[in-house]
Amino acid sequence: MSGPNSSFDPVEVAALSEEEVSRAVDAATAAFAAAATLEELKQARIDHAGDRSALALANREIGALPPQARKDAGQRVGRARGQVNQALAARQEVLEAEHEERMLAEETVDVTLPTTRRPRGARHPITLQSELIADIFVAMGWEIAEGPVVEAEWLNFDALNLGPDHPARTMQDTFWTEPADRHVVLRTQTSPVQARTMLTRQPPIYVACPGRVFRTDEYDATHSPMFHQVEGLVVDEGISMAHLKGSLDHLAARLFGEGIDTRFRPSYFPFTEPSAEVDVRCFVCRGVGSDACRTCRGEGWIEWGGCGVVNPRVLTACGVDPERYSGFAFGMGIDRSFMFRHGLEDLRPLFEGDVRFSAAFGTEI
Amino acid sequence: MKTSKSWILDYVDVPEGTTTEDITAALTRTGLKLEAIESAGAEISGPLVVGRVLTMEPEPQKNGKTINWCTVDVGDANGSGDPQGIVCGAHNFAPGDLVVVVLPGGVLPGGFEISARKTYGHVSAGMICSARELGLGEDHDGIIVLPQDAGEPGQDARGVLGLDEEVIELEVNPDRAYGLSLRGIARDVALSVSGASNFRDPALREVPPADDQGHPVVVDDPTGCPVFVARTVSGFDPTAATPDFISARLTAAGMRPISLAVDVTNYVMLETGRPIHGYDADKVQGALRVRRARAGERLTTLDGTDRELSAEDLVVTDDSGLIGLGGVMGGETTEMSASTSRVLIEAAHWDAVSMFRTGKRHKISSEAGKRNERGVDPTICEAAADRVVELLTTYGGATADPGHTVVGTPPPMAAVTMGLDRPARVSGLPIDADTVLALLEADGCVVAREGDALTATPPPWRPDITDPHDLVEEVVRLVGYDEIPSVLPPAPGGRGLTRVQALRRRIGRTLAGAGWVEVVDFPFVGERDLDVLGIPAADPRRQVLRLSNPLSSQAPAMTTTLLPGLLRAAARNVGLGTTSVALFEAAPVVLPRGTEAAPILPVDRRPTDAEFDALLKALPDQPLHLGLVATGDAELPGWWGTGRGVDWSDAVDAVRAVADALGVQLTVAAAAEAPWHPGRCAELRVGEHLVGHAGELHPKVCDAVDLPRRSIAAEVDLDVLIEAAVHLRPAPSFSDYPAAKEDVALVVDERTPAAAVEAALREGAGPLLESVRLFDVYRGEQVGAGQVSLAFALRFRAPDRTLTDEETAGLREAAVVAATQRTGATQRS
Repeated sequence: MSGPNSSFDPVEVAALSEEEVSRAVDAATAAFAAAATLEELKQARIDHAGDRSALALANREIGALPPQARKDAGQRVGRARGQVNQALAARQEVLEAEHEERMLAEETVDVTLPTTRRPRGARHPITLQSELIADIFVAMGWEIAEGPVVEAEWLNFDALNLGPDHPARTMQDTFWTEPADRHVVLRTQTSPVQARTMLTRQPPIYVACPGRVFRTDEYDATHSPMFHQVEGLVVDEGISMAHLKGSLDHLAARLFGEGIDTRFRPSYFPFTEPSAEVDVRCFVCRGVGSDACRTCRGEGWIEWGGCGVVNPRVLTACGVDPERYSGFAFGMGIDRSFMFRHGLEDLRPLFEGDVRFSAAFGTEI
Repeated sequence: MKTSKSWILDYVDVPEGTTTEDITAALTRTGLKLEAIESAGAEISGPLVVGRVLTMEPEPQKNGKTINWCTVDVGDANGSGDPQGIVCGAHNFAPGDLVVVVLPGGVLPGGFEISARKTYGHVSAGMICSARELGLGEDHDGIIVLPQDAGEPGQDARGVLGLDEEVIELEVNPDRAYGLSLRGIARDVALSVSGASNFRDPALREVPPADDQGHPVVVDDPTGCPVFVARTVSGFDPTAATPDFISARLTAAGMRPISLAVDVTNYVMLETGRPIHGYDADKVQGALRVRRARAGERLTTLDGTDRELSAEDLVVTDDSGLIGLGGVMGGETTEMSASTSRVLIEAAHWDAVSMFRTGKRHKISSEAGKRNERGVDPTICEAAADRVVELLTTYGGATADPGHTVVGTPPPMAAVTMGLDRPARVSGLPIDADTVLALLEADGCVVAREGDALTATPPPWRPDITDPHDLVEEVVRLVGYDEIPSVLPPAPGGRGLTRVQALRRRIGRTLAGAGWVEVVDFPFVGERDLDVLGIPAADPRRQVLRLSNPLSSQAPAMTTTLLPGLLRAAARNVGLGTTSVALFEAAPVVLPRGTEAAPILPVDRRPTDAEFDALLKALPDQPLHLGLVATGDAELPGWWGTGRGVDWSDAVDAVRAVADALGVQLTVAAAAEAPWHPGRCAELRVGEHLVGHAGELHPKVCDAVDLPRRSIAAEVDLDVLIEAAVHLRPAPSFSDYPAAKEDVALVVDERTPAAAVEAALREGAGPLLESVRLFDVYRGEQVGAGQVSLAFALRFRAPDRTLTDEETAGLREAAVVAATQRTGATQRS
């Protein structure tokens, strides 16, 4: 290292010569370009851009120059160092990119490997179907009413105009609880919820009642001692069968698709008068009744449920003034609706707890 | 109700070109719903032809029987035109007779396939048929011999036998009992089929005047039996054959032809709807008497059953005692037989409720009972009896005895008053007053208009019409339900799902999201199910509500726990190869309480609040339970590792996940409850309220239900959890100052619950403790036998400043001191 240039030394400093500086720059650029890895580049940086590199050493010699030469040499060395640093940065960038690419390539996994570490959960399709139906009614401004499955005989039958000697009582095969003189049954329909609703609140009433019901049917492909129903009840001023038809058409369209509607046939239920059976237009053949249609078996329509105008006797027993209010009610099987909506021919998978069944429907239907 | 179509058209005319489908569609639209259209000979397929017997050679056989080797002309039906050789065992025919032949390839009722086969030394190529073989009756004494003009050899015999007839099956609802008769069906055809006309009422006939020369009848109970008509015929030939049209029509209606006398009573019942009973008049001793039975009296009915009667049953007696259960079933002693030559005909009107009760009490379901309990036209007893007389004299060689007993008069029909605008208001259809009046008249009502209202007296065949709304239904069905417009009722301001309903959905979604699969099971349970769970005798879950009529004696009660069904379902899945399953069910269980009966309240008014409360109190508690059962792997083995089997903590965590979803703080404590492992059962509480239990199942229970050991379960009361759910969650406020973390390892007696140590740490650290998490549990030599080291990560943070190291150390120390004081914990060095 040269000492401070207190007295001018006319000897020119060789390291600061244009040739030397240029050579140093060339050497550095070549070394950087030759570096194949970040490690090699690091060494090349130390060699050519470090404290002991040719240019760094040359830089220190600037002080040894006569004042008039310093500026020129300073500029020359500064430019050269700038070039070297740029070359270094560019190479650094290239090598880093290469390195990253290589590293990522090495980290490649087989993304087709299985990913499910725990089996997925699912809700029961009947629960989902019930909620879907409930949501349709809620969207119409109705509410969802509920009641117990072990029910008072009076609420399941008498209040609904099914007196003890009513022939219709033999239409339903009821589970009775012991002792029989306590008059407690497993509800055969969700209609007692309607009675409870009327007994505990005033019209206007717009409610749907989904729930499980029981009949003494032996368990087979189309019968079950427990199944699910949804009933609807509207009690208000000026309610007619037209409103009943409108509500059921709306439900049918929401559940089975736009343009699917219902038709009525005269029928008999003690709690309604007039009464009707309701058929829903087949949503597969859209009512054409083609022989090839498996859903409606060529009928064009599917039996869906029962409905009618609430019998004024029922209103009276439940404390609603039949002169002021009228209403309609309907009921249909949730399981049955699910079965033809999803093409299930044997109902037993609904109640046997095979996870493969629920899992097929997941958490929405 | 089944009937051949042609029978209906005996009583009403329909326009040319009206199809069976036109008729049934119209009947369905007006309330008699089509079940099925079938052909009478639906069970017969293949060649069934008319044949003429050419030769018959009697050939005695070794077994003592004589068979006939016949040749029969079957025209070209056999393809060759040659006579067909057939062996026949019957003898009631001769060469030249027309008979019915089923050729090889034919199938008779019961799936009986006919083929050419070797028998009695001949190849018999077909069969000459009897009525029974064709399902046309019981007569098997001989083959059917057709009238000489019945048809030509080779012609299809179905038309000749009426087997090509279309049979219509209608569903008849309780309010349309008239539909259980041809009379009623034909009347509805006249009302509903386009262009139908000229209804001919089969019950409208001239009858001889009543007199006192007939068989004496006394009715002691005119309420139970308002009308009793008796006629007698003599000289009846009990061997007389039932005419083909009667047996064909009965068969089409699903009734078995038996004998002329019985067939005629059934035929008239189908025709008019009025059940008829025939007695062997020679077996009846003295006057017929109708009265209520005396409790304990006995009667052997026609079906051979000896019955003990109730004081409510209506009976028919003679001098010998009881001879019939009135309107329901006759008695054995006066039954018509193969030697009956005098027939006493009973056409009586019976009280429908009494019929219903008697039928139910004695579990008798008969065609007569079915009609009598639904209500029959009380005005046609004489006509029906007269029709029976006519048929027995025409076809059975009988002569009508003089005398015609009629006791009582038909009860009058009660008139119903209705506003003329009611049909329009109820239906939403613009039905004007004139239309209302015209339709009710067409329906058979006697109608009088009084201002804005009408008074209608229903026809006697419509006992179901008692209320204004019954009249409305009549009007609307005749206008047509198809006409009703579709109008959505104006939407009220709905309140949406209730909070409880929304929370139940949230619970289901939470569990499904955590990998649990929902199942639905029947809520029935048996003692054995509870035994398997090891539930002790005194456990409240043993207090079950029993069913009087369970489907299975194995499960005769309503379940108090969801676990039996879930365990069964889990075992079923494992058995089917799904070895890792996590199941849940949310359903009510039934917990009996009290012994009060649920009163049968009046229906002519609203029950009082007290009455209604008493009703509700008589019902059992039905809390909504959540049950969970899992077995196999919680995390499956795979490329990521070996997986992890379910353990007790998965059960507790599932319940905690539910509680978290509801914003409920659960406290957990050790418990020993069946069916759980006594050392691995957690009791879960909200405050003081017990919510349920979770943990590993007792190994004995796993063995008993065929599940692998270590399977887990939980059962909680969702009503309690939902009740405790937070309503409004306050927004949290966070400090942005840095947190200070401190770990602490504490050694305690291994019986000390970790939760107690954690609670002490929280208490001691005070409000600046942001969180505490147990991150390691260590047992081993270093901590000594019976001891356990619990390592907690504490995180402190102040709302308003950065905590200094000294402050943090002080808080940590305070926490440790509290843990030491409360639980005897010592810091592990």
